[in-house]
Amino acid sequence: MIKFALDILSDPAILIGLFALCGLLLQKAKVSDVIGGTIKTILGFVILGAGAQILIGSLDTFRLVFDHAFGLKGTIPNNEGITALALKEIGSQTAYVMILGMVFNLVLARFTPLKYVFLTGHHTLFMACLIVAVLHASGMDNVTLVLSGGALLGGLMVVMPALLQPFTRKVTGNDSFALGHFGSFGYLAAGLIGSAVGKKGRSTEDIKVPASLSFLRDTSISMALTMAILFFAVSVAAGGDFIERELSGGVNFLVYGFKQALTFSAGVYIILAGVRLLISEIVPAFKGISDKLIPNAKPALDCPAIFPFAPNAVVIGFLCSFIGGLIAMFITPAIGLAVIVPGLIPHFFTGATAGVYGNATGGLRGAILGSFVNGLLISFLPALLLGSLGSLGFAGTTFGDTDFGVIGLLLTGIIRVF
Amino acid sequence: MKKIMIVCGNGLGSSMMLEMTVNAVLKEMGVSADVRHTDLFSAKSEIADLFLGAPEIVSGLNDGVRQLAGVRNIMDKTEVRAAITPYLN
Repeated sequence: MIKFALDILSDPAILIGLFALCGLLLQKAKVSDVIGGTIKTILGFVILGAGAQILIGSLDTFRLVFDHAFGLKGTIPNNEGITALALKEIGSQTAYVMILGMVFNLVLARFTPLKYVFLTGHHTLFMACLIVAVLHASGMDNVTLVLSGGALLGGLMVVMPALLQPFTRKVTGNDSFALGHFGSFGYLAAGLIGSAVGKKGRSTEDIKVPASLSFLRDTSISMALTMAILFFAVSVAAGGDFIERELSGGVNFLVYGFKQALTFSAGVYIILAGVRLLISEIVPAFKGISDKLIPNAKPALDCPAIFPFAPNAVVIGFLCSFIGGLIAMFITPAIGLAVIVPGLIPHFFTGATAGVYGNATGGLRGAILGSFVNGLLISFLPALLLGSLGSLGFAGTTFGDTDFGVIGLLLTGIIRVF
Repeated sequence: MKKIMIVCGNGLGSSMMLEMTVNAVLKEMGVSADVRHTDLFSAKSEIADLFLGAPEIVSGLNDGVRQLAGVRNIMDKTEVRAAITPYLN
């Protein structure tokens, strides 16, 4: 009986499923919805793991080719990828920290002036995973790890939206919601840089951006294309015959690289489908509880919620962030850090958001400079973070967005002191 | 029953929030509809009576046949109500 209970409490998929079950019961959902929702949540975790398998294959190939071409380790930051990989090792601790973090968020929002309820469920999951990875690598015991990790996560879920809120109000023109996305340090930097370069310049929204760039919003397609370009570039540098001899079994290296790029994109797509199932029962339950318990609670939302307020800044921000990432790719190995290959998802979402914040405080110049600095940050921070991730640091991928880097490095620093 | 598909770039965060706002608005109006959310890539193979999302996102689904409506502030019930009402009958 004890073993049965332990098996349940140590299986992350079932644990998250139980949490969804409680949420659905609290919402007084119909029996069919309770059963369906619980099963979908557990299924999400299983799908996540399956996507990770597919992703690893193409990531390993990319690293082999990259190493052969440049004699350096190339790392592609991808929050979804590293989380899916990490969950195999530290899944149940991550599930506990995530759940406890949400509880702490509700408590803090209820009893402190920081009335934010962090509703970006996948980022809650990623941050829980990062915190556990860093604390786990330090050798902390599980009970301390889950309690301190949960408290830290809950704190971040109210503090980060609160720090950004003065700028978020400028973006949306009202106070109806906050930004809940762990790229906050990049957006803060963009907002501050925008304020520094001044509002005299014109806004990004006064210029015409070609509609032909709009396909970038379709992340699966844009990621496949970018990965294909990256694969072609490293394949040419490594030499086509190396690939045909060692990796592809004689298949033409361009065909092989193209297929690998699409495999990578497919892996991320599957992981995202898993995360979607996982999150879509938990977040509404979380919001339902906060609506009942916390007067004047302010929802903290995923970054695309602010994109419609400055659509041109979205495209400009993505491009400038990506340029920052490309430049950083050449600087990091020169100063002895791992090579961070600019990842499309972090540059699109955080670059675009930094662009919108930079524009809100400093117009076009603010958008360009702010998102460029964001691009530098999301290369240097992941490069520095790799050392803090223990065995996960060798996975060929890492967390992308700024807060993961800042929090991971701070945590490691604090642990070293003790 | 009408089917409303909410779309965003990743199908994870902002589309789900908009779905919750749409459900709240529908409840206020006393209308029932099948509301779901997904990413832009998957939405291209979906069939629904209305596709709803940020204006730049839903414009990516414009094939001359689909019914599209854009929403700027996904928490604004008034804006959401105005966007979906014409498509509910």
